[in-house]
Amino acid sequence: MLRVEDLHVHYGGIHALKGIELAVGEGQIVALIGANGAGKSTTLNTISGLVRASGGRVEFLGKDITNAPSHEIVRMGLCQVPEGRKIFPEMTVIENLLMGAYIRNDSEEIKADRDLVFDLFPRLKERQHQVASTLSGGEQQMLAIGRGLMSRPKLLLLDEPSMGLAPLLVKEIFNIVKAINQQGTTILLVEQNANMALSIADYGYVLETGRTVLHGPAQELAANEEVKAAYLGG
Amino acid sequence: MSRVVALVLLCLVVALFALLRKYRAVVVSNTAFKYSYYPASALLVILAVNFLLVALGADRLFFVQQAVYGLSLGSVYALIALGYTMVYGVIKLINFAHGDIYMVGAYAGYYAVTALNLSFVPALVVAMAVSAVTGVLVERIAYKPLRDSPRITLLITAIGMSLLLENLGQKVFTSTPRTYPSMFTGSYNVFGVSVDLSRIIVFVVTILLMLALQYFVTYTKPGRAMRAVSQDRDAARLMGIDIDRVIAATFAVGSALAGAAGVLVGIVFPQIRPTMGVMPGLKAFVAAVIGGIGIIPGAMLGGMIIGVSENLVTAYISSSWRDAIAFGFLILILLAKPTGILGKHTREKV
Repeated sequence: MLRVEDLHVHYGGIHALKGIELAVGEGQIVALIGANGAGKSTTLNTISGLVRASGGRVEFLGKDITNAPSHEIVRMGLCQVPEGRKIFPEMTVIENLLMGAYIRNDSEEIKADRDLVFDLFPRLKERQHQVASTLSGGEQQMLAIGRGLMSRPKLLLLDEPSMGLAPLLVKEIFNIVKAINQQGTTILLVEQNANMALSIADYGYVLETGRTVLHGPAQELAANEEVKAAYLGG
Repeated sequence: MSRVVALVLLCLVVALFALLRKYRAVVVSNTAFKYSYYPASALLVILAVNFLLVALGADRLFFVQQAVYGLSLGSVYALIALGYTMVYGVIKLINFAHGDIYMVGAYAGYYAVTALNLSFVPALVVAMAVSAVTGVLVERIAYKPLRDSPRITLLITAIGMSLLLENLGQKVFTSTPRTYPSMFTGSYNVFGVSVDLSRIIVFVVTILLMLALQYFVTYTKPGRAMRAVSQDRDAARLMGIDIDRVIAATFAVGSALAGAAGVLVGIVFPQIRPTMGVMPGLKAFVAAVIGGIGIIPGAMLGGMIIGVSENLVTAYISSSWRDAIAFGFLILILLAKPTGILGKHTREKV
């Protein structure tokens, strides 16, 4: 479904990605793990068109989307839930969800999808008229994911959904990610919490300083001694 | 009412106002009184001014007359300020060419009325359309190629665009002032205050345009996209919003409002000239900053404050102090509240 080949990114003089390779198959959850600064977020941002690639190729649903404008990529069914949530702080919960459905015009179905998001996250329903900046961190993450779902993506990119959340909430979010996947959305997940990520993923990639250094089925990666030592806390 | 009684009442009203502000959170969070905070504040301010005038032994009618005149001037400032604030919201640029867009609108309206023989409303629409196109062209030609440059580059470009438009104006329209034909004559007597019809029209048209803008920004899809871009540009892109189109639309809407202001000023102060945009442009910018730059209701409030205070200063002190007071206001308000009256405290998050 998504194929990234030999992807390079330069930030000014810094060579941030040095040939990333990865593939995501339909219906999978694929985890991208690695330390701070390994290039995980840059990879996602380049796939979704926020960052320009200086070399390589990104292919989605058989089409070349390398350096295509973000808004066209979203229309093809690829939606990113960005790191740090990036919800619209001065809009209400409902308005945020409507922004997620910006590319769609079927108001009846948008309403139906909004109710689906509310079923997934009952807390958002309770706070639907609240301004988003007044939500707690966990609620903001739920809103960011819900907003991402509103575009009806075929592939959802999730960037650090566990960042800054209490362990109990992290578990809840990951359960929901799994549920979303079971309903038919393919997921590419970037995580520092490698344990959690590999526990729900089908396949995993390990990034190190801008390169893909290791990949394999998630269970194998979780059992790999090197990965254990470096990312799973021994 | 004796002056002593008025003074006591004044103190009472000021105390009430302080109380209201202190318990603002309680009032605003209560659903039944949610929308009564601002009207109540406004009422108290009006009462305070009234008692102050009685206590000073001033002529209340004269004061009200001047304040009402100030509202029509303030309308013009507010309409221009909206463009400054909206453009700042989406690309964080103080568009110094905005005052000259207002000049273009004034001339477009003038020719629509004199050469095309249009009446007021069609002329207003023509002026708004011409200004919108000019604004979008300025963005497309001068600002868009610099989208990723440092902000100072954009700012200097904006000043250059302003000078270019002024000088083009001198060339095309010549520097001889033109005079709008008088379209609305007569005046009404409202509670003993005589108000010119033209000033009522200015105020009413402004309020209508502001309501339309508020509706556009709150409830329509392009309006929501505009707010999304101003709140988080990257997130907006990830929603599938085409940033370039939103920016162009923002310039179009802001410039159309400035064009409307150009026509409105023409029916109250009929002389127009190619450099007419400089001072009002600057004052509208001040109005936008006073209200809180990037905040739409702030621009409306700031415009009205500048307009009314300008008229009152002219009436009570001297017209030569007018501009000094307007800019003095800016300094005072920014000292007390650096983000403007309606501005929120933004702390850089780590």
